[in-house]
Formats: sequence, structure tokens, C-alpha cells
Amino acid sequence: MVQDLGYLKETASQTAGPYVHIGLTPNFGGISGVFERDLGSVMVNDGTLGERITVTGRVIDGAGAPLKDAVIEIWQADAAGLYNSPSETRGAADPNFTGWGRCPTSAEDGTFVFETVKPGRVPFKDGRLMAPHITLWIVARGINIGLHTRLYFPDEAAANAEDPLLQRIEHRHRAETLVAGGQAPNYLFDIHLQGEKETVFLDI
Amino acid sequence: MSDTENRRPETGAFFQRDRDWHPPAFAPGYKTSVLRSPRKALLSLDNTISEITGPVFGHSIIGELDNDLIHNFAKPGESAIGERIIVHGRVLDERGRPVAGALLEFWQANAGGRYRHKKESYLAALDPNFGGCGRTITDENGYYVFRTIRPGAYPWPNGVNDWRPAHIHFSVFGHGFAQRLITQMYFEGDPMIWKCPIVGTIPDRRAIEQLIAPLDWANTIPMDSRAYKFDIVLRGRRSTFFENRPEGN
Repeated sequence: MVQDLGYLKETASQTAGPYVHIGLTPNFGGISGVFERDLGSVMVNDGTLGERITVTGRVIDGAGAPLKDAVIEIWQADAAGLYNSPSETRGAADPNFTGWGRCPTSAEDGTFVFETVKPGRVPFKDGRLMAPHITLWIVARGINIGLHTRLYFPDEAAANAEDPLLQRIEHRHRAETLVAGGQAPNYLFDIHLQGEKETVFLDI
Repeated sequence: MSDTENRRPETGAFFQRDRDWHPPAFAPGYKTSVLRSPRKALLSLDNTISEITGPVFGHSIIGELDNDLIHNFAKPGESAIGERIIVHGRVLDERGRPVAGALLEFWQANAGGRYRHKKESYLAALDPNFGGCGRTITDENGYYVFRTIRPGAYPWPNGVNDWRPAHIHFSVFGHGFAQRLITQMYFEGDPMIWKCPIVGTIPDRRAIEQLIAPLDWANTIPMDSRAYKFDIVLRGRRSTFFENRPEGN
């Protein structure tokens, strides 16, 4: 016998279910009067620094249908490449930018929309710069554990070519699933859960 | 300022997730997962600063009744119908350390198993005094508490006769976006737990038992509310003894 390491096990994930809006975006889901506004619905204000962008997209299932009951969260650096987080030790992030947003996909056509700013570059562990990117986290009925992925920008070809994460994708054509379409300031990003165009998801 | 706020923030990467403990994406007994699960392997990568960091929410977002589901949707002087319970516990990480300042959001059906949602059509009645959502932030010891009505079991179209056990949905933010977690809490002694295809997506029985809140008799308030205790564990952080040097890799 050896000493017990004494670590606890992480609480297991379960699906967010079809009524996730009740808890995460109650006003969107039809419950008003409990929370003043849905958390994460606004990321920027008049004082936010950087280039304003819009990210629009859908989450598409293995039969080609958009999910109309998903919730997407995004997390990103500010325009200078600093995160608005206590674990950010390189400097103070833009106080007028939350860095975090949450949007349900619409019940009509399944689109989500984020009004945000284009993030600056942040370093990989070895000091190399990663290309500008936005982290996305997707939960919904039928998704047992939240899916992590990243959005990269189509107008950052040089930075994308040297991005350590994109370089790790063995099947090169799959890296394209992480590069948004559209053009500044309106980017399009469809997430394919399954099939030929399946988005690269991360265990990170 | 609390001790926690004075402490230097941690910047280590999080322990790798044990994906044999969590449910797999593709779990055919839960039919919706069939077309909503990736078929290709996940791309594994040690955390970067994008996952080590995460949003932290201040107490200013929390209203007075946000952790009281018995009253936060009720008309003045009225309250929701059902079994009054307190749910409380701690948010810890895998190292057993309290996670202070963690935002918890929770949502649930009413006493009859009916959700207040546009797309919900179960014939059980809505309770005009019950909304079903709440939120709170853990204190410096990682502790949280809320009160609510014990939710009812709920039928759903999966198999012909599938019913969810009574459950409360939880969403948890830790200190890093890599800790982001959504799960469900079940109640001690509910026989429905072991019949449920969603519970059954979890391969390890011990992982299921970790989602079952015991009756906490000691904290039951006489002539008022029973109590259930539910601790939540988020990913732990590696210590930063020997971090990668810039010339590494």
C-alpha cells in the first residue's frame, strides 16, 4: 500500500436539458420579474476599447437541423489580449468589457448572436502568441457534457498559420472548421456537432 | 476584504478531466444524444491562459430573493405550493479546497413536475407562485444555500414510459473557464434514479451516487423545512512548482 493521494472526483456532468433557459436566461424563456436581465446578454458598453464585431451562427445536428434549444457561452480576451479574470497576471483588462457572454439559440431559426470586440493575441504556454480566438462552450438537450471549441478569424491567416492549437490538428482540412466565415465586422460561425463538416471540439 | 480576496490568484492548469467518470457524448439510451454527439475524437491539449482564466461574478448581481424559490416568483404574501426544502453544501475543487465566489444557478420543475417554459406541454398544472429559477454565489468557505420546493418527477418522450427522477439542475462557474460545469442533483431514496436513461449515461455508479443529495436531518428546521446537502466538486489546479519555460516545447 501507498499513501492515498486524497483527491476528490469532479462532479459528473449531466445534460442541461430542453428547459435550460429557465435557469440561465429566464427572461428569454418567458420568466420575467425574477432577474432584472439575463446574465451575459451584454458584453460591451460605450467605453469598450477595440474593434466592434458581431458573431452570428447556428449549432447543427447530425441530420443537418439547427438546434433551437441550445445555449452558447463565449469567453475571450479584450482588444489588448488581456482576460478580465483574477487569474490574469499580465495586467488589468479593459474594465468596460466583460469578456464573457451567453446567448440562447433562437426558437425560430436557431441562430445565436454576440456583440463583442475582436480579441487581441494571448500567449501559449511556451511564450509563442496564439492567433486571436474566442472560446465557445455549448450546452443543450442531448449534449451530456458541455462542448468546448474555438473560433478563429478568417482575416488573420498569418497568425492562424502559426497558432499552436490549430497546428495540433492532424487532419489539416479540419482546422478550417474553427475559422469563421463572413468578414469584419460581421463574422459567421456555424458549429457542426456531427458528420462530414464536424467541428473540432477540445478536451482542454 | 476577505482572506480569499487577499490571496494571490492561482494560475496553474487544471487537472485533466476524467472522461470515463463523466457521461460519454454518444449514449444511445438517451435518444437525443445520438444526433447531437461528435463522432470524432476530441482534440486534447493542456490548458492555455484561455482556459485557466474565467469570469468571476460580484455579489452585486444577486438580488435579495434570488436564492429563495419559494418567494422569488410569488405574489406578495403568498408562497409556492409543495414540500419546503433547504438545499445547501459546498463547492470544492478536486484538492478539497473551497471554491469561493463561485456563481451557482439552478432551475427546476414545480411540485407537480411542471416546468414554467413556453415549450413545455405536460398536463400537470403550473403553480402561479412558482417560477423555478434561482442563483447564489459561494462565500469564502465555498458554502452556498437556497430554499425551494421539492420538484416532482416528470414524464418525457424518450422511451414510451420514461420519467425523470425529481431533480434540480445546477450550473457552476469556478475560477477558470475549464471548470465550467452543468449537472443535476437527485434526492436520496428516489427509486426513479435507477430507471432514468439520463442518469444512466454516467458509466460509474460512484459518479451517480455523487449526484444524490442526502437528507440532512441535522439542518432540518422544525415546523418549517427539511434540508438536503449537496456538495459539488470542480476540477483542481496543478501547483505551479515548475512551469514551462519560454524556450521549452
